[in-house]
Amino acid sequence: MTAVPVVLDASDISRALTRIAHEIVERNKGCANVVLLGIPTRGVPLAKRIAQRLQDIDGTQVPSGSIDITMYRDDLRLKPARALSITEVPVEGVDDKLVILVDDVLFSGRTIRAAMDAVSDLGRPQAIQLATLVDRGHRELPIRADYVGKNLPTAFDEAVHVHLSELDGEDSVVLGRDRS
Amino acid sequence: MKAHLLSTADLDREGALQILDTAQELARVADMPIKKMPTLRGRTVVNLFFEDSTRTRISFEAAAKRLSADVINFAAKGSSVSKGESLKDTALTLAAMGADAVVIRHSMSGAPHQLAHADWMDAHVINAGDGTHEHPTQALLDAFTLRNHLADHISAPKQGSVGLDGLHVAIVGDVLHSRVARSNVHLLNTLGAKVTVVAPPTLMPLHNDGWPCEVSYDLDAVLPQVDAVMMLRVQRERMEGGFFPSEREYSQRYGLDERRAALLPDHAVVMHPGPMNRGLEIASRVADSDRSLIIDQVRNGVSVRMAVLYLLLGGNESALSEVNA
Amino acid sequence: MSAKVLRNVRPLGGELVDVLIDDGVIKAIGAKLPIEDAEVIEGNGAILLPGLVDLHTHLREPGREDAETVLTGTAAAARGGFTAVFAMANSTPVADTAAVVEQVWRLGQEAGLCDVHPVGAVTVGLKGQQLAELGSMADSAAKVRVFSDDGHCVNDALVMRRALEYVKAFDGVIAQHAQDSSLTAGADMNEGEVSSQLGLKGWPRVAEESIIARDLMLVQYVDSRLHLCHISTAGSVQLVREAKARGVNVTAEVTPHHLSLTDELARTYDPVFKVNPPLRTQLDVDALRDGLADGTLDVVGTDHAPHADEDKDCEWGCASFGMLGLQTALSVVVDAMGDRLDWAGIADRMSVRPAEIAGLSDQGRPIEVGEPANLTLVDPDSTWIVDPIELGSKSRNSPFAGRSLPAQITLTLLRGNITYRSQKVAQ
Repeated sequence: MTAVPVVLDASDISRALTRIAHEIVERNKGCANVVLLGIPTRGVPLAKRIAQRLQDIDGTQVPSGSIDITMYRDDLRLKPARALSITEVPVEGVDDKLVILVDDVLFSGRTIRAAMDAVSDLGRPQAIQLATLVDRGHRELPIRADYVGKNLPTAFDEAVHVHLSELDGEDSVVLGRDRS
Repeated sequence: MKAHLLSTADLDREGALQILDTAQELARVADMPIKKMPTLRGRTVVNLFFEDSTRTRISFEAAAKRLSADVINFAAKGSSVSKGESLKDTALTLAAMGADAVVIRHSMSGAPHQLAHADWMDAHVINAGDGTHEHPTQALLDAFTLRNHLADHISAPKQGSVGLDGLHVAIVGDVLHSRVARSNVHLLNTLGAKVTVVAPPTLMPLHNDGWPCEVSYDLDAVLPQVDAVMMLRVQRERMEGGFFPSEREYSQRYGLDERRAALLPDHAVVMHPGPMNRGLEIASRVADSDRSLIIDQVRNGVSVRMAVLYLLLGGNESALSEVNA
Repeated sequence: MSAKVLRNVRPLGGELVDVLIDDGVIKAIGAKLPIEDAEVIEGNGAILLPGLVDLHTHLREPGREDAETVLTGTAAAARGGFTAVFAMANSTPVADTAAVVEQVWRLGQEAGLCDVHPVGAVTVGLKGQQLAELGSMADSAAKVRVFSDDGHCVNDALVMRRALEYVKAFDGVIAQHAQDSSLTAGADMNEGEVSSQLGLKGWPRVAEESIIARDLMLVQYVDSRLHLCHISTAGSVQLVREAKARGVNVTAEVTPHHLSLTDELARTYDPVFKVNPPLRTQLDVDALRDGLADGTLDVVGTDHAPHADEDKDCEWGCASFGMLGLQTALSVVVDAMGDRLDWAGIADRMSVRPAEIAGLSDQGRPIEVGEPANLTLVDPDSTWIVDPIELGSKSRNSPFAGRSLPAQITLTLLRGNITYRSQKVAQ
């Protein structure tokens, strides 16, 4: 791997998440009914960070959890069966809630399709919205994000790596060519 | 090569823990408003039961259905044992019907092994109990239940998932004829537990040197040392083989009554794979007591079987690989 | 032109000679015999042995012609170097009357590939209760001298005593299948560590040894002749060794598979390895080899037991006991015993002693001028891979399938007639 271009650094990521939090409050006129569900792996800490910011802005404690989508993937038959990640739905549940799915990178849209199926097996939310740190394009399904940290035009065979301090020791988004 | 689940002796620690960890995640499906995932849509799971076992069959059936697999129940009463259709012809039939996995219960040891390795069909085989050989999913659900209930008494490993390290488990009863005992001895040992099998000498295999466990004929001496005791079902037909003089004497010497249960440490739990002979190998009050996990075992059976089905069938190649090729 | 010359062969592994055969008899033996008007068969230094004799064969006819017939069984025998086989009595109907043994004997004559000597049942229907008409069978055209309920043990001590006594009148021998059936009810394989792990019902060694111990006492007491079929345990070898040392008139047999295979093979749950008595452990295999080497065990008997596909293509517990043996016997024995027995020793255990035990005057003879030309030729340096489809038997249940074995039979002669000739010596 050659020297990698850093697309977002720590402060860029922080600002992007703060902006997303503000947009959530603005669009939903507060966040009283919001439940954040991060998609493993890196959507989960991102959801926690957004929840913290929502509390800072609005003073409301917004529940945040995780939802594993492995069992709902449409490419299961094409790859080896894989280990499951943790699903932790806040005790409030999802019925009649405004569920905001949080992921690090929005690409084909298939993960989000699976996540929406997973959420609907948990209950009937009032609405589902989507927040993503990076939207890199190349959608294969009619899905769009409601909140985007950074629109990042990419070539199809490029890789977008999101590093978060909780898991990787630092915050950064880098572009690579090692997608295979 | 297709992966199968035939024996717990084939599972290494990593593989066993993968099943338990997956089961842990899938356990929450039972609490979802819609108890179903689309994972195995379009896959066909055949429950091939040459021997009656309603509880095992419905557990596998519930597991497969919660993963959206199509389930075909095939009660092959007229097996080749009674000169009905042969195992081979049954296998060829299932292959022609496009079975992706076959869950087999058979009165003869080794039948699942033959189904998996003879050139009759190309499906994953899951052993749901064969003769006096093994019953691997029962052992997996037992390990799962122990891990959940005795978490405070298990030493956590330096890395990786928690196993059963540091636990001491007694398996009591007709060890000689018990597929549950065979599967548990291997699996509990693989997961780090110490196992002691307790039985009258006539119901203990004579040649048990290769068994990774200790052997005792004295239940009272063992009970104070264990974290869990698994009582095995006594097959009443064993009486005719003269393995013990009378049910009364068996119950007195090897039954878990209230006096014996009191010998257990406070935290120790009581298990039984079912169906129970209340009053023979286990007293009703012990089976119904707070330390009994018998109902938990049944509940966990579905999650563990979902995990096995998912790991075998969920991808284009199984996450479970068979160790002994 | 019925005369034949076997050129460049080594009788019992000795010096290179030519052997002239005519009128079913060895006419001359010598280096570079002058050849006049005789078919020449080039031996290229192959080993010449007396035709092999099997005291223990199941030909399945009458009754299970789908598994084997006298014709196919003797074809397998000829390919395995045998010139005489003893057909066990557990056919349907059981060979417990003069009529049945004469039928089997006649079928053997008609096939002409190998002498077939019927073994008579000891008891009616192999049921172990009432003596069969042993005398009538002895007096019949089949001249039965070996009696056995093989497949079943003569469990009752009194019946066994009477049988041993009765056959003294015509120099018969009782061949006992030693298995205390009360200790083996439902048993599938050797009782040991492997059976305890596989959950298969164990067949303890003592089920064999206790009957052998009893019968050794009985035969000594009534002063008769006892032959022990398919000895399978180290303990049995020791019992026979001790009995012989005190002068008991007993002979014992071991199968090629018990000399070479162990119960570890049951781990495959492949019923091709299911056999009665069961495959034991390496400790037993070693003791059996010792016993055959030192003469405690007199003979190799194949216990050739053909079974139809459906009787083996099923659950272990449902499958029939038994395995093919005739065509692989010599190769397996050479493989197992090659470092312990020379060619004369192998000829002794597989031809000379079996013929003596059964009282055959024209088999198991020395390779000398004037002796009947019952001979077989072995290429000592060849190896072959066992393919059950290629075997002479009608059945395919060979436990040696896929194995590479030494010492291929290239030619078999029955009274001078070629009963088997491999491609290698086809002119």
